[in-house]
Amino acid sequence: MNFADLFRATLPETALEIAALVVLVVDLGFLRKAALNLRVAVAALLGVAGCAAALWMLPFQGLGFVYSGTGELLLASGGSSAVAQIGILLLTALTLLLLADSTFTRHVGEYVAVVLMAAAGGLLISAAQDLLVIFIGLELLSLGLYILTAFAKKSGRSAEAAMKYYLFGGMSAAFLLFGFSYLYGIAGSTNLHQIMLAMYEWNAFRAAPLLYVSLVMIAAGLGFKVAAVPFHLWAPDTYEGAPAPAAAFIASVSKVASFALLISISTAAMHVFGGLNAMVTFEVHSGAVATQNYLGFAVSWSMILAVLPVASMVLGNLAALAQVSVRRLLAYSAIAHAGYMLLGLAYFSYTPRSAEAILYYVLTYGLTTVGAFGVVGVVERATGSDRLDAFLGLHKRNPLLAVVLLVLFLSLAGIPPLVGFWAKFNLFAAVLQVYPTGAGLGLVVLAVGMSAVSLYYYLQVLKRAYVMSAVDDTPIAVHPVTLAVLLLVATGAVLLGCFPALLQGWIAGFYPGL
Amino acid sequence: MNGLPILTLLTVLPVLGAVIALVAGRHARSVALLTTLCGLALALVVWTKLPIDGSIGLVERAAWAPSLGIEYHLGVDALGALMLVLSAIVTLLSVDAADHVHRQPNLYFGLVLLLEAGLFGSFTALNFFHWFLFWELSLIPAFFLIKLWGGAKRGPAATQFFVYTMAGSVALLLAFLAVFLSTGNMDFIQLAAMASSGQLEQMVTAHLGPVMMWLAIGALAGFAVKVPLAPFHTWLPAAYSEAPSPVTMLLTGAMSKMGVYGLLRIAVPLFGHQIAQLRTPLLALAVLTIVMGAWAAAAQKDLKRVFAYSSVNHLGYCLLGIFALAVPAAGAAEQTSQAAALNGVILQMFNHGITAAALFWFVAMLQERTGGERGINDFGGLRKPAPVFAGLMGIVLFSSLGLPGLNGFVGEFLIFRGVFPLSWVAATVSILGLLVTAAVILTVIQKVFAGPVPERWASFPDMYGKERLAMAPVIGLMLLLGLVPQLIVDSVNPTVVNLLAHWRF
Amino acid sequence: MLAWTIYLSFAGALAQALLPKGKPSLSRWLALIVALAGLALAVAGFAAGIPNHFARVIIVDVPWVSSMGIHYLLAADGISLVLVLLTGLAAVAGVLFSWNIELRTNEFFAFYLALIGGVYGVFLSFDLFLLFVFYEIAIVPKYFLIAIWGSTRREYGAMKLALYSFVGSAMVLVGLLAAYATSGSHSTGLVDLAHAGLPVSFQMWVFPLVFTGFAILAGMWPFHTWAPTGHVAAPTAASMLLAGVVMKLGAYGCLRVAISLFPHGMDPWGFSFLGVGSWRDVFAVLAVIGIVYGALVALAQTDFKFVIGYSSVSHMGFVLLGLMTLNQIGMTGAVLQMFSHGVIAGLLFAIVGRIVYERTHTRQLAELETMHLSKRLPFAAWAFVIAGMASMGLPGFSGFVAELQVLVGSWVAKPGWTIAAGVGIVVGVAYTWRALQKAFFSDAPPSAHMHEHGHELAAITVPEVAGVALLVAATLIVGLYPRILLEAIEPAVKTLLAGGGR
Repeated sequence: MNFADLFRATLPETALEIAALVVLVVDLGFLRKAALNLRVAVAALLGVAGCAAALWMLPFQGLGFVYSGTGELLLASGGSSAVAQIGILLLTALTLLLLADSTFTRHVGEYVAVVLMAAAGGLLISAAQDLLVIFIGLELLSLGLYILTAFAKKSGRSAEAAMKYYLFGGMSAAFLLFGFSYLYGIAGSTNLHQIMLAMYEWNAFRAAPLLYVSLVMIAAGLGFKVAAVPFHLWAPDTYEGAPAPAAAFIASVSKVASFALLISISTAAMHVFGGLNAMVTFEVHSGAVATQNYLGFAVSWSMILAVLPVASMVLGNLAALAQVSVRRLLAYSAIAHAGYMLLGLAYFSYTPRSAEAILYYVLTYGLTTVGAFGVVGVVERATGSDRLDAFLGLHKRNPLLAVVLLVLFLSLAGIPPLVGFWAKFNLFAAVLQVYPTGAGLGLVVLAVGMSAVSLYYYLQVLKRAYVMSAVDDTPIAVHPVTLAVLLLVATGAVLLGCFPALLQGWIAGFYPGL
Repeated sequence: MNGLPILTLLTVLPVLGAVIALVAGRHARSVALLTTLCGLALALVVWTKLPIDGSIGLVERAAWAPSLGIEYHLGVDALGALMLVLSAIVTLLSVDAADHVHRQPNLYFGLVLLLEAGLFGSFTALNFFHWFLFWELSLIPAFFLIKLWGGAKRGPAATQFFVYTMAGSVALLLAFLAVFLSTGNMDFIQLAAMASSGQLEQMVTAHLGPVMMWLAIGALAGFAVKVPLAPFHTWLPAAYSEAPSPVTMLLTGAMSKMGVYGLLRIAVPLFGHQIAQLRTPLLALAVLTIVMGAWAAAAQKDLKRVFAYSSVNHLGYCLLGIFALAVPAAGAAEQTSQAAALNGVILQMFNHGITAAALFWFVAMLQERTGGERGINDFGGLRKPAPVFAGLMGIVLFSSLGLPGLNGFVGEFLIFRGVFPLSWVAATVSILGLLVTAAVILTVIQKVFAGPVPERWASFPDMYGKERLAMAPVIGLMLLLGLVPQLIVDSVNPTVVNLLAHWRF
Repeated sequence: MLAWTIYLSFAGALAQALLPKGKPSLSRWLALIVALAGLALAVAGFAAGIPNHFARVIIVDVPWVSSMGIHYLLAADGISLVLVLLTGLAAVAGVLFSWNIELRTNEFFAFYLALIGGVYGVFLSFDLFLLFVFYEIAIVPKYFLIAIWGSTRREYGAMKLALYSFVGSAMVLVGLLAAYATSGSHSTGLVDLAHAGLPVSFQMWVFPLVFTGFAILAGMWPFHTWAPTGHVAAPTAASMLLAGVVMKLGAYGCLRVAISLFPHGMDPWGFSFLGVGSWRDVFAVLAVIGIVYGALVALAQTDFKFVIGYSSVSHMGFVLLGLMTLNQIGMTGAVLQMFSHGVIAGLLFAIVGRIVYERTHTRQLAELETMHLSKRLPFAAWAFVIAGMASMGLPGFSGFVAELQVLVGSWVAKPGWTIAAGVGIVVGVAYTWRALQKAFFSDAPPSAHMHEHGHELAAITVPEVAGVALLVAATLIVGLYPRILLEAIEPAVKTLLAGGGR
């Protein structure tokens, strides 16, 4: 193992960790007596600087792979990993900027440091190609998230949410580890590609029950991370209880990282067999034993991944209809969105299209959801509530904020020409290109239908913001930085939607890196 | 034919007049008078410019919507021109009579002029679309004139009028739609030519199956309501009696002629064969119209209703003449009878128009003088306080009765002259109607003008100079046509010959 | 040049949003100027089409998402030009009839112009993806226009409308995705997709899906229920636009997308059930039911605006029936009916919603009966007489020519449809007449209510007169001289029928 290579490959993570330490030192060491405002500003800026540094270092990772001593792939750089990493860093910077003016904690330095460390975990899992690295990255990220959820120490809900999140998370981590250990037992390696190759060489039929157990365990663990039904129970409570910037971070960065991981796994599965399309070749290659063995894995994986999105889309959207808390509404909508993306994964093909489409979706979703939580945070601070009725008359109280809300929620609902529409279109087109009839089509129909349902609850919020008369029409003040971030996000949602080729071309340009 | 599109001008003139009247406020009546006078002048010009051979003249054509067979095609023969003159006269009289419209006079006269435009348009159109446009256009102002300026029960009367006529129009429209679908043509002249060669029936049968009879019935229904033919007449008494009298003049004087004209211009040329097959039931209905109209008139107590039913009776003669002449393969003698009957029908249309309009005008004057009374028993002995009034109205009543020497006689005589050889039964039974009408009219004269003068009418004012002046030309025309019917017959006869030559029964 | 109708409207919407609050007259004039400019562009575009006999002209064609073959492709043929013209007219009239909006004026016109921009966009798009984008853009402003500025049960009506539209567009989206994936041509251009040779079995299921998706917005029975509630809830300008152009979006989509891309979807199934042997029959029967049902229900309404709302369902049935005739004359009639109904329905809604309701504050026919509006609002009464005559399909108005063509076309296709639709026309006369009688020309004795509220109703304003005059002129001109539009529509329909592979 070449540690120089390893160090080079983890340069961005290192930068984040250093930034985290610097923030701690500066905040605890020099600014103990300073006003909270100043501390927040300094910490956030240092955090953003850390993200910028990490971004700057990304190209120095070098194209190629880091191998462990046995010549197995440990971390990948470039390609989808790089896209996800850039996305994580940008979204982290945005959530940090949302911190401006926030008062939920006095421990700003710690908060920013934890955010940066969690982001480092996110970077790690988006590049990981080895079960152990995956697990470490996931734990790094998750632990950070538990802490962030609990950060509003004065709020009972925050603590309760963190506790729930922690317990569910711990359990799911256990499941994941259990699944990994089985997989290791079957394949004799912790490297994704080696595992796939082992499946290929080894008649998996004999071990099929064991394999299934392990796959179900892994799906449970990862499903928890992306909040897919039935592993979603933590999401509404956490989204509701966590401080707004933390919730934004959970909803965006951790989603991006988790989907990047899922893409890596699926890519590895496909990579072994080159251009072969798992779903389509299922019946065709009945004569070739080896292929069948492999397909035993891919099909069951796809099957599991196909069950999750159906459940997530249906339950997420329908449950969101009944919510009166906007945060819970966003949580259920996040579940539904995870469903759409999992649909893309279930029909993952080795055409760059699927990976691109999922990445595009998760990045833009992250962007919009950061903005959405930003707005919710502002409203919450002004009204003390995140109920739907807290948004009454928003257009009068702060027109700009209302416009941002309009743009972001419509984008989430998938209304063109906003970015959410293009993301959906792109994703569904990718699914249909793999499987234009039968189950593929049926699932797309379900997804499109469910997104029609989703318009109803997004409109419920917008209705209060624009249509219903205000109970209280004192203006809501927004910190200029927050406003700038929100406007930036909204502009992004419009521009990326009007010119989808920009971001798509950029992602496609990265993809051949692998 | 000169370059001036005189028929278009004739149609546009009242529309322009209507627009000006609408904005003219109090001066609307003057505008209307001027417009109708110009209209009459133009109509007379048209009458003088007719081709001598009785064919269609003054033709104007222009492309309109070729894909639908819609063409801007205008032209008149003596029949059309006579109707133009009649419409112009009746409208003029109506405007003249309406000197007591105080409420929204601009709207009133605007609508009257629009109605005149509808009349002119439908009497000159030779394409179904164009014709139908004006046919419907005339309906709307008539409805509102009844609805807004009518008597106590104007609402239901107007609605009944509209619904009946509209239902007839829909039947007509459907029939024509079917014809158009089969032939791709909406031109009256071309369709008539196709019908007389039997081609129309072939095409319709080939396209839609044996429905020609139904189409004929549909077309007849549309006209039958308008004329009206019993039993489609029930809208008429209510409408005529509830409408203000000047409007009733228009309804009976001109609009009822649209129906007869439609029969002659459209139904008979296109569906002559079917009409010939239906001749017996149709004749029966015509006779029923005549007899029932007369008896019903006898039973009325309201002068307007009396005259309304007598109008039904008089138009029944037109229908009798038309249906009677529908004889297949007529011999030479029968052809003479047909010509006589058709001449009679056309004359009767004109004469009834003038007479009925004048009658209702007198009713209007009566009402004006008595504060709205018009019951047949409300008066008596009026010839003493108002001898001129009584005399002139007597002339008009005798014209309506068909007294020789007055215009009413000529048309009815010619009709009976023609119908007797063609269907003596119908003619004989119809005589009954003639007799009852005479009785009715004499009763009216007796009850209104003869006998002792009731106290309250002792100072019944006679006709004013203005009224005499307005009425004089009308009475003059009645006498003139009664004595010298050639004035019209000479022009109409070539057209009659021409029409009969092209009809196929 | 025509593309500027879109840009101008969106720019206008943006400008309205940025206008300072509390300057309503500035907003109004700005909106009027933008709408007039749009109309002027539409007229100019139409006039420019005359010399080349309304052949299809490409306005803009730039790659948009080249990896997926999506182009930003704007073009116009005769059908587009006619409908763009309609949009221009409806937009101007709508602004004129919104002159009295005092609540959040600039926002109102911002949403209004955004909607107009979307509509222009749909009519000019020749790329399916682009068309869909514009189609959806038009949905959202509709929701807000109704929900904020509407009247009776506005939030319910608006939400119902938005959800129906969105479900419809979801169906369209599925069709769009499936067609794109199946064609394998890597293009979403309408022409490319039409020539992609999509398999018949595919067209068989995707045609009804897409057609229904669009037809929901066109008010096809039994998916019409959004229309009456939406129309009633909407503010006048919005219901004018809704009936005037938004319903046309649906019909246009049926024509431009469903019929022209999936013509084999209308092939016979090979068996027939109750005389229905293909999707074409199914939709034609639904259209006929819509015609008759809409008319009958309109006959029974007590709310004036509901009468007009259901009449829209009935009239749009003619459009759908015309489309399903699949012959030159019927489809030409359908497009003409789109124009005609757009103008007439706009006029009716303007009179009922703006001129009458804003003064009497009731739409109940029973209450209007006691108000003798023909005397107190003669302008409204006579405008309604004209609009009503046009709506009944009297000759001389645009509706007559259009409905006649549809009937002729459907007769050629299947006479039974024509007869049923004819019944609808008769009932149409009846309900229009009934509404006219009750609302304006009733003789009912005045109620105490009226005495309380005094006799003077506000005078008719100049914008109202201008709006009525504009729309009346449009329906009269087209009614008396239909060639002006037919010459544009006919070649486009011919091309469509020829290119549709039938």
